[in-house]
Amino acid sequence: MAETVETIHTDDEVVLHAEKVSKIYPGTKALDEVSFDVYKGKVNVLIGENGAGKSTLMKIIAGIEQESGGELFMGGEKVHFDNIVQARAKGIGIIHQELSLFPNLNVYQNIFMAREKTKNRIGLDNEQHIELTKKILARLEHPIDPMTIIGDLRVGQQQMIEIARNLIADDLKILIMDEPTSSLSEQEVQVLFKIMRELMADGISIVYISHRLEEIMQIGDYVTILRDGKFVASAAVKDIDVSWIVKKMVGTKKSYPQRKEKIDWSKRETVLEVRDLCLPKKGGGWLLDHVNFELKRGEILGIYGLMGAGRTEVFECIMGLRPEHTGDILINGQKIDIKNVSEQIQNGFAWVPEDRQREGLVQTMDIGKNISLASLKSYAKGILLDSAKEEAAVDQNIKDIHIKVADKRLPILSLSGGKQQKCVIGKGLLTKPKIMLLDEPSRGIDIGAKTDVFEIMNHYADEGLSLLVVSSELEEIEAIADRIIVLSNGIKTADMVKEEVTQDKLVMASYKGHTKAGREA
Amino acid sequence: MADLKKSQDNTKLIMMLLKGRTLIVLGLLVIFFSLATPNFLSANTMLLLAKHVALYGILAIGMTYVIITGGIDLSVGAVVGLAGMVAGGMIQKGLTFESMGVTVYCSVPLVILAAILVGAVVGLLNGAIITRFGVAPFIATLGTMYIARGFAMLHSNGATYSAITGHEALGNVGFTFFGGRIAGIPVGAIILAVIAVIAGFLLTRTTFGWHIFAIGGNEKAAKLSGVKVDKVKILVYIFSGICAAIVGIITAAQLEASHPASGETWEMNAIAAAVLGGTSMMGGIGTIGGTIVGAFVIGVISDGMVMCGVSEFWQMIIKGLVIIVAVIIDQFQRKMEAKMALQARNESKNE
Repeated sequence: MAETVETIHTDDEVVLHAEKVSKIYPGTKALDEVSFDVYKGKVNVLIGENGAGKSTLMKIIAGIEQESGGELFMGGEKVHFDNIVQARAKGIGIIHQELSLFPNLNVYQNIFMAREKTKNRIGLDNEQHIELTKKILARLEHPIDPMTIIGDLRVGQQQMIEIARNLIADDLKILIMDEPTSSLSEQEVQVLFKIMRELMADGISIVYISHRLEEIMQIGDYVTILRDGKFVASAAVKDIDVSWIVKKMVGTKKSYPQRKEKIDWSKRETVLEVRDLCLPKKGGGWLLDHVNFELKRGEILGIYGLMGAGRTEVFECIMGLRPEHTGDILINGQKIDIKNVSEQIQNGFAWVPEDRQREGLVQTMDIGKNISLASLKSYAKGILLDSAKEEAAVDQNIKDIHIKVADKRLPILSLSGGKQQKCVIGKGLLTKPKIMLLDEPSRGIDIGAKTDVFEIMNHYADEGLSLLVVSSELEEIEAIADRIIVLSNGIKTADMVKEEVTQDKLVMASYKGHTKAGREA
Repeated sequence: MADLKKSQDNTKLIMMLLKGRTLIVLGLLVIFFSLATPNFLSANTMLLLAKHVALYGILAIGMTYVIITGGIDLSVGAVVGLAGMVAGGMIQKGLTFESMGVTVYCSVPLVILAAILVGAVVGLLNGAIITRFGVAPFIATLGTMYIARGFAMLHSNGATYSAITGHEALGNVGFTFFGGRIAGIPVGAIILAVIAVIAGFLLTRTTFGWHIFAIGGNEKAAKLSGVKVDKVKILVYIFSGICAAIVGIITAAQLEASHPASGETWEMNAIAAAVLGGTSMMGGIGTIGGTIVGAFVIGVISDGMVMCGVSEFWQMIIKGLVIIVAVIIDQFQRKMEAKMALQARNESKNE
């Protein structure tokens, strides 16, 4: 995959340079020899799809994670950070994507956590804390009472506290902002940009990660694009436009298994229909805003969208985890009353959750039990479990979806991520579902296992199983889905059949819900 | 390559020793005490031991269920007291209905049923508080522990019902059967054996049992797999309550008296037995067999030291040390298992 690396002609000073930095996690390479420059007093944007490695690179620069290979340089001098304290000593601060505040403590306690001012080295100097907090919040144009408990603040206000926390350090050189605007209102975003400009005027460099392309054009100076953990391109923002970014983000095609036959979907019966699905957001607004779609027998329907677009929430509503939702869900034209997960499984749904470790597996149980867990009832005679029947079903399942295991009595954690994922899928299939919901089924597994997973999906779709698949991977969703809907900010912004799908269209639609025009459309 | 094989064999051997550690400790303890006191290894001592162990052994079985789901039940000791008082009261005082001015004396089976029902109700209460209101099991059962003990005291205003043998004329004799022996074997020990077999069977051979393991291993994943988490948890606490009530009946029958303070701190012995038997306090792991062995370890330590003339205070210290060491070894075993799993994972990747 040869990429054109545009050379940037600039007189700006480089304050931090990452040279061929790599990060290897067990089983995956999150970063692969990525080089990255941070220019002094500028907004350095980092962009890429979910899982492209942006956050990993930032965590390495901030000392939260350590590089597996490559080097960091500051002012021509090689640096290495074992922890966040060392990075901070060099003037690097980070604002996390997920807020890392203490909701139980108040504003000034949060700001001065682990850098407390003291009187006579023992007593906390809270007067100074409060005074400095007031000063810094005034500068941020958010005069919040320093005694307010963080949990009582709106998310946007909490974000401001995060920023204040970093500004309290006098010698801040680089401020990393990982999607700082994802939870801010339009007005708050403008305040944030004003603050960023002030910081830049003070010579502070900003590393900015965002999914909102229009923002990047507005505030960015330099942009670097990552894909699959690799460096793709970098350029000065003034030399490029949005479509250039989209093109670079998307990249070239890999090959994935395809459906065998072409099907005339207009003749297929509809098995699932979702009408006006709404899910209120805590504190106002919508996580899902009147979402409509239908699913035919044997169809693979992809749901594309950015993180937080409401994709997982659709599944949660269908599976009965979100009783506060409104709207109708129909199976074979019959409206169903959704009560709980076990009833939905009996209604013919199976769910492969996004977070395999937290939601998919029972780590203390062996491979076989993990596979049979959801369907145990069907192997019972009265209260007695028919082990022979259970084992036969599990063995058949292992054979059907080709999980290579030495012994099904081994602990589930002795399997690789890909095999674990197949077990979770197998568990769902054993309940004999009509409709299967898969949330990021290819996350964190290697390419071979991905292909296997897609083959399983195609195979069962050919046999009449209908599948709903959430994915953030453009190429994958394009390859696997017969039809794709795009969610953006809780709104359905596109619905296209395979022939119409292009990756550019998907990306464009996934940002649409954040713009005013898109919301009104 | 040979080294690797050897080290793997070593790991396997260590794992086997670790898994059988409670049994090994039990064996060592029995050998130690039979050398230390000549009378220890006699049929009489052993039967007495079984009689003692039966009490917290049964409690520990219920506790094992609860701990496997990731919970804890502190109320069992108090339920022992309450169930005993209910049984004793029904035999001695009868049930007085003031509105009708009659006092009814129930037959022993009805008395037993009533006592068990009391245990089940406390368990239901525990389960309901934990699942419906999201109260942490520790706190919920701490609360019901006080409530149950309070009711036990209220029942007789703190007094003991003594000589609860019943009267032929009232048709309620036979309660002390549960404190007696059949063919020399204490009835309590027989009940322990029966409950252990049933509980072990339920835990490993039924969907209910596997749902218990699944909840303790990963509650979220269990829920998403369609396990009715709340229902299973409530049943588990009811089971624990029933076990406690049975112990209450046996205790009262053995003493031929019900005392409202009986069973105090027994929940701790039950927890200790479960943990010694390899039940993980994190949930998801445990066996009934292990718990029974754990209960016998505690029993042997107590009875053995009494026979050696070790003071009660030293017994406490030694019991405490045994429990802590057991959990440390448990942690060691888990780390080792995790390491082996990771190793297997890496090997399969290299294929």
